[in-house]
Order: sequence, then C-alpha cells, then structure tokens
Amino acid sequence: MDLNTLFFLVQQMMFFSIPLLIVALGGMFAERSGVINIALEGIMIIGAFSGVLFLFYAQASTSMHPQLLLLVTILISGAAGVAISLPHAYASVHMKANQIISGTAVNMFAPAFAVYVARMIRSVQQIPFANIFYIESVPLLGGIPFAGSLLFQKTYITTYLGFVILAAAWIALYKTPFGLRLRSCGEHPQAADSAGISVYKIRYAGVMISGALAGIGGLVFVIPTSVTFDATVAGYGFLALAVLIFGQWKPGKILFAAFFFGLMKTVSVAYTSIAFLNSMSVPSAVYKMVPYIATLIVLSFTSRNSAAPKAAGIPYDKGGR
Amino acid sequence: MILTGGFSDMFNIGQVLYYAAPIIMTGLSVGFAGKTGLFNIGASGQFTFGMYASILAAVKLSFLPPFLLCVTAVASGVLAGALWGLIPGILKALRNVHEVIACIMMNYIGMHLVNYLIRQTDIYDQLKNMTVRVPVNANISRLGLDAFFSVETASGSLRLSSAGGGIIIAVVASILLFVLLEKTKFGYELKSCGFNRDAARYAGINENRGIMLSMAIAGALAGLGGALIALAGTGRGIAVIDVLAHEGFQGIPVALLGLNNPIAIVFTGILVAYLTQSGFLLQRLNFAPEIIDIIIAVIIYFSALSLLIQGAVKFIFKIKKEKTESSAKNKPPSEGGGG
Repeated sequence: MDLNTLFFLVQQMMFFSIPLLIVALGGMFAERSGVINIALEGIMIIGAFSGVLFLFYAQASTSMHPQLLLLVTILISGAAGVAISLPHAYASVHMKANQIISGTAVNMFAPAFAVYVARMIRSVQQIPFANIFYIESVPLLGGIPFAGSLLFQKTYITTYLGFVILAAAWIALYKTPFGLRLRSCGEHPQAADSAGISVYKIRYAGVMISGALAGIGGLVFVIPTSVTFDATVAGYGFLALAVLIFGQWKPGKILFAAFFFGLMKTVSVAYTSIAFLNSMSVPSAVYKMVPYIATLIVLSFTSRNSAAPKAAGIPYDKGGR
Repeated sequence: MILTGGFSDMFNIGQVLYYAAPIIMTGLSVGFAGKTGLFNIGASGQFTFGMYASILAAVKLSFLPPFLLCVTAVASGVLAGALWGLIPGILKALRNVHEVIACIMMNYIGMHLVNYLIRQTDIYDQLKNMTVRVPVNANISRLGLDAFFSVETASGSLRLSSAGGGIIIAVVASILLFVLLEKTKFGYELKSCGFNRDAARYAGINENRGIMLSMAIAGALAGLGGALIALAGTGRGIAVIDVLAHEGFQGIPVALLGLNNPIAIVFTGILVAYLTQSGFLLQRLNFAPEIIDIIIAVIIYFSALSLLIQGAVKFIFKIKKEKTESSAKNKPPSEGGGG
C-alpha cells in the first residue's frame, strides 16, 4: 500500500468518523447524566435539516466567506438540536416517562417533519445546497511533509471541530465540577441529590448538550457527503449509539470506536480504489456488511465488562432508595 | 378525513386490515421481547429476512401443491426470522453484547445480505429492481375477505381490497402469545427474566436460555410478518435499495402504545394502519402523507406522558390502601402480635 492510498483512506475516514464521534459524544452526555437518548437519529435529522435550509436561503442572498457561513450554520444546527431535544428532556426528566418511548417519538417525528416542511416550501423533499466549504489544503499546516498531507489536505473545517469537541467533552466530563455532578447523576442520583446537586437541572443539561452535539453532527454528516438533504442521515444516529456503547461511555474509547467504524465504512465504500482489495474478487455486498460484522465480532470479545451508567434509563424519583 | 377516511367505505376497511397484519406482527415481536426485558429494535432485519425466505421458498418450491406450498413458504419465513433474532440473543446471553446494538447491526447486515442474495438466488426482477412475483399458488387464501371488503365502482365492477388471511393469522398469533405469556410455565419463566434477572436465576430459571428463546420467538414473529406481506398476493416484493424495512420500525410504536400486551397490540396495530390509510386519502387534498407520521409521533409522545397519569392513579389508590391497612394495624391483634 503506497502513501497516497494511506492519505486517501485517512481523508475519507474522517468524513465517516467525525459525525459519528460528535454524535456519540452527545449521546455520552445524555447517558452519563442518566437519560437514554435513543432520539439521536431524529435530532441529527432536525439539525441537518435546519442547517441545510439556512444554507439554501443564505447562499441565495449573501456572499459571506464560506468558512464563516459554515460556522454560522453549525451554530444554527446546534440550536435546532437543542430545541428538538427539549421535549425529550421534559418527558424523561420532569414527567418520568419511558425514555425509549419519547425517544422513538422524536425519531418518528423528525424525518416526517423535515419532508413535510421541505414539500411545503419546495414541493419536493430534497433541499439542495452548494458545497463551497471544501478545503484543498490548509494554509501553512498543509505544507508539512507527511502529517500535512495526512491531516491537513482535502478536508473540511468540521473535521477539526470534531477534535475540538472531543477535547472539550473530555475536559468538561473529567476536569470540571459540572462533569463530576453529571457522572454522579448517572450513577447514583439519590446520592447526588443528598449532596445538594439538582438532579433535574443536570439531566436537562445533559440532554440539551446531547441535542446540540447531535444537531451539529447531522450537519457535519451531510456537508461532505452530499449536495442535497433528503430528510435522512442513513441511520447514523443509531450507529452513533452503537459507537457509544462500543466506546464504553468514555470519550477516549469513543474516539477509537468512531475511527474503527469509520475505517471499516471507508473500506466498504472505497475498496475499488485500493489496489490490493480490488484485486481480490469479493462481491461488493460483502464489503458493505464488513463494518457491521466487524463491530459485532469486536463487541462479542469486549462486552464482558460493560460499563453502562447504572442509573441510565431510570427516571429519578426523589422518594426512591 | 383522518377521522373517517379509514372507515369511510368497505374498501378502505379492507385496506386498513391489510396494512395492519404485518405491523401487528412486528409490534408483537417488539412487545414480546419487551415483556421479557429486551428491546428488539431488530424487527426490521428479521422482517426483511423472513420476507426473503418466504419469497425464495414460494418461487423455488412451486411444484408443491398449493396449500402445502403456502405453509412451507410461511414456515420458512418464520424460521428465517427466528434465526435472525436468535443471533443477537446468543450474543446477549453468552457474550453480554447489548441487544440494541447487536440488533442494529443485524438490521444492516440483513438488508445488505438480502439484497445480495436476491441476485444470487435468481429471484431478481431486473426491470422493477425488486424480487420476482410470487406464484399464485403460494399466496395465503383471502378467505373471501377481499370480496367482502370491496366497493362497487361506477361501471358496476367490484373494486377488491387487499384484505386476506393475513389479518386472521396475526390475530391468532396474538392470542397464542397471550396464552403463552399468561397461562404457561414457560411464559412465566420468560417474564421473570424480564422483571428481575438475578431473582430468576435464584429461582432456578436458566436465564441465558430464556434470553435466546425470547429473541428467537420475537424474530419468528417479525419473520411471519414478512411472510404475510410477501404472500398477500398484492405483488409486493423486496425492492433492492439500501433502505431498512419501514414495517420493522413501525412495530416499535405499535408495541409501545399497546403496552406490550399481545391483545392490545392488535388494536394499536389497526389504529396505526388506519391512520396510514387515512394518510393516503389525505394526499387527494394535497397534503404530504408525512403528516400522518407527525400525528403518530405526537400520539406516541403523549402516550409516554400518559404513563405518568397511570402512575398518579396508582399512587392515589396506594395511599387509600395504606390508610385502610394502617387503620387495620391500629386495632390490637387478637393473637401473635409483636414480631
């Protein structure tokens, strides 16, 4: 395998891994606070939808600098993600509802809403946008031999955003009082409450952070891989859930899991451009199945000591023991 | 239109029953797993695999006499679904893999595998990009239901609906499940695994076997749903596209609305099918059919909140009960006492 293939693989892998990473980190904040967020898929759709809708109008009217425009769009997607995650938070924190049910409701609502609004506006369900965010080579950094071509060429600003979010998530979870409170609410909310922490507030915060990250992740998934938004994120929300469990609810392991899955996915999509894989005459369907089978196999060897937050999925009841 | 559309004439009632049959089955699949403490999000893959197996059996074994062929095709759908459900069950029981993630993976593996196998096993219709039509002999008898649920068109001919034996099979399956869960020792064992795994093991129940069996049964139910669609004689096949089967995910709200009770699932399945059929009619008024999904989502959301009301009612009753109990305690016990 020559160097160019390696560069190509890594560059492609980022397009699959980064959205998974961002969304799985979002899921982590919800689950570590004690709320199962199966609605990630729906939140991604809403985030991507509002972001792309904004781009659709903004690109027609303004001529902002592309990267600046992208950053504004990301903020809008995040805000939309927070907005759609609020009903889920309200149901699962205040109303003590079954978190799977309200998450499923969001998952059903999101694509229907996206298609419905798109049809009302454009009479077809696709919303196009011009992809002007591609970076051929980052100034200065792109010129570094090896590392430059590996990490700073043929990329999007969203890739680096993913790493920033990872670092921020790690610091927030392990190095701040908020992180400690969040984790304690997911493990033993009664103990956290007796130490003077408002479990409700922390859980709201957890779900809202996960909404913001999942909304951003939806946009990050759509931007490099397409030029229209078709009210779907191809099951990436569910895959992010898998990455979250695979990553044992810890930021570092989630990064590893997202890269593993992204690499498998890259191989399954781009195997024709990798010489030695293409020379083996394996049917393309096998490659399509590889990411999922590989995940199952790895999981079956690593799941013995699952470290799920103990109180995840259990509504907090002040009177409970 | 939403309120009356599904029941506006006999034809529409028939269509509602036709759409209801498969989602009742996937709903039963999710609900049954839910009763045993597992969340079967893999009904979609099991459904597709069951559908594929029954189409394959129907096409390849078409030399069999009609009734036998139909039974074989249904049975192979059930078996294929059971196999697809059993794999996450084994992984969960023996390797502690979370069943949700295993099921999600199995959904995608099933979708890609079926798309591949359709071409390999030569039941691929190139023009329509889907599976070939199932031979008429293999279809589940419609038992005259299609003629009963029909309307007379202006030209005097009957417009038959797609209702058939499928809904009967779905209702029978739900009754069987109810009996299995509520009236047999085996069902009790499975349910106790769901309520408290450690207590079940303490009571001498093999909980690993319980997990595997309940996932296999859940898969079989979803596979049967696939068989019902494939053999309904409406020409529906598996389209070779990279999209997961919608029916599998519709089973989740059906089961949740029915609170995992097999009998209730029949009615919630009909409700969802009814809304879907009304949605088709709404298209005539220039509404996008997605409005129905929005409505269903809102209903599900509020059904999640309704559990709270149920809880509140129980709470009030509990207080009353405790009052009567405490007043009973205040009376001096006639014998024993202390303790």
